[in-house]
Amino acid sequence: MKARDPVIVGVGLSDAPRAPHLDSTGHHVQAIRRALADAALEKRAIDGYLCAGMGASPAEAVSMAEYLGIDHRYVDGTMTGGSSFEFHVQHAAAAIREGLCETVLVSYGSDFLSRRGRTLGTGGFGLSRVSGADMYSAPYGLPIVGGYAMVARRHMHEFGTTSEQLAEIAVGVREFAGLNPNAMYREPIAVADVLASRMIADPLHLLDCCVVTDGGGAFLMTTAERARDLRKPAVRVLGAAGAQTHWNISQMPDYTTSAGATCIPEAFARAAVHPNDVDTLQFYDSFTITVLVLLEDAGFCKKGEGGAYVEQGHLRRGGRRPLNTDGGGLSACHSGMRGLFLIAEAVRQLRGEAGAAQVPDARIALAVGSGGWLSCIGAVVLGRE
Amino acid sequence: MAMEVVRGREWKRVQIAPGALDRAFFEAAARGELLYQRCPACGHGQFYPRLLCTACGADTAWVKASGRGVVHTFTIVRQNGQAPFKDELPYAVAMVELDEGVRMMGNVTGCPVESVRVGMAVEAYAVECGDGLAVPFWRPVEHAARK
Repeated sequence: MKARDPVIVGVGLSDAPRAPHLDSTGHHVQAIRRALADAALEKRAIDGYLCAGMGASPAEAVSMAEYLGIDHRYVDGTMTGGSSFEFHVQHAAAAIREGLCETVLVSYGSDFLSRRGRTLGTGGFGLSRVSGADMYSAPYGLPIVGGYAMVARRHMHEFGTTSEQLAEIAVGVREFAGLNPNAMYREPIAVADVLASRMIADPLHLLDCCVVTDGGGAFLMTTAERARDLRKPAVRVLGAAGAQTHWNISQMPDYTTSAGATCIPEAFARAAVHPNDVDTLQFYDSFTITVLVLLEDAGFCKKGEGGAYVEQGHLRRGGRRPLNTDGGGLSACHSGMRGLFLIAEAVRQLRGEAGAAQVPDARIALAVGSGGWLSCIGAVVLGRE
Repeated sequence: MAMEVVRGREWKRVQIAPGALDRAFFEAAARGELLYQRCPACGHGQFYPRLLCTACGADTAWVKASGRGVVHTFTIVRQNGQAPFKDELPYAVAMVELDEGVRMMGNVTGCPVESVRVGMAVEAYAVECGDGLAVPFWRPVEHAARK
């Protein structure tokens, strides 16, 4: 490892899934303090800051930097939706390598459940007047879940993918949620339970959809050289890449393929890692179909064969490549933008801190965030020293 | 072929506030014409309308579409807390691939939602939304044949 290789040295999560005592800023602060304690770093060491959120300010990164009292030399408020934090890892890693800064903080906080209620996916945006591209979609009442349902429908049409196969993803992730005391839903479910849950937007059932929770997180990155003096074993950022095919769901060029088909292989190439080398997947599971498309795009199976791949049980606890070992967005925590939790859980696995959910001898983790409507995909390959 | 234009029905959906470029599309819809853009320089077709061709960056030009297409993919929305949609559940939202190759989002109406299929042939009609503008919707081609 070279001296300026970027590593993750501290991770913190705020109270979840229900935290009425915290607002979004409170989630940031709590998670940041926990990340600093985890790394045994002082706040004054931070000279780079990145964040993204659903707050009112488009200047979220710089306004949060002011609130937190961070005198940054490097700042980035890239907002790609839920995948923002995978893009942040890519950017922070480059900044650290280049010497633009030494110690980077990435943070996220959301009081979505306590503040806005449970309508993220099915409430629309409540706009009374729209302009630009929204004029060609807002009159038709497509909620967020509906966009993903269109992807699932097309995948079923082209490849014969079934609701049972999608349900397998929810069932496997729920098993891990049962091991996470902070998960929103922990009772085991079966495929039949998913199919029997009410249809939200055909062909996606309630249990094909992520939960809505509160929650925040933070992680700290620095150089491999500096990490030697810190408390926890460093987790290496082996490769990161991002790509975009569209933003609005109406513009998705191919309704069965995401930008992951471009950026996940690029992340593997940068990391000099083969998909077979990956021990655990932390994939954005806003909906079951999100995972299925990303699995194919990552190259774990051919396009169209994701359903059969899932049925083979590789993603389950004890399987070859366990998925979303914290219970995922489907069962544990989704406070609007889940991407930071993917990084946090990957680090927990690579440090061997995952307890009953630990993937034995996990050495390589792949985190893939999806923002928008499978629009902006960010892939990060992490490895332990 | 002109689209049917439904006039005089109360518009309860979101108000559109088009700028100069987009206004041309919605004014044409109110006349029964469905427009999309095709690049005079490279031939690329696109929708929604933009000030440049997304393929080559050149100025774009409007072209009249036939108003016919097929459902490329769709969903049946069964839960939506927003008015007026909460009173219209369940309803179908589709991506329609026009005969000309570009895709438009829209509701498929005039048939039971359970009968909507990928590949279903649909035709456009327009509904006035005030200010001399109209918004396109879709219905099965059989709908016209039955009338």
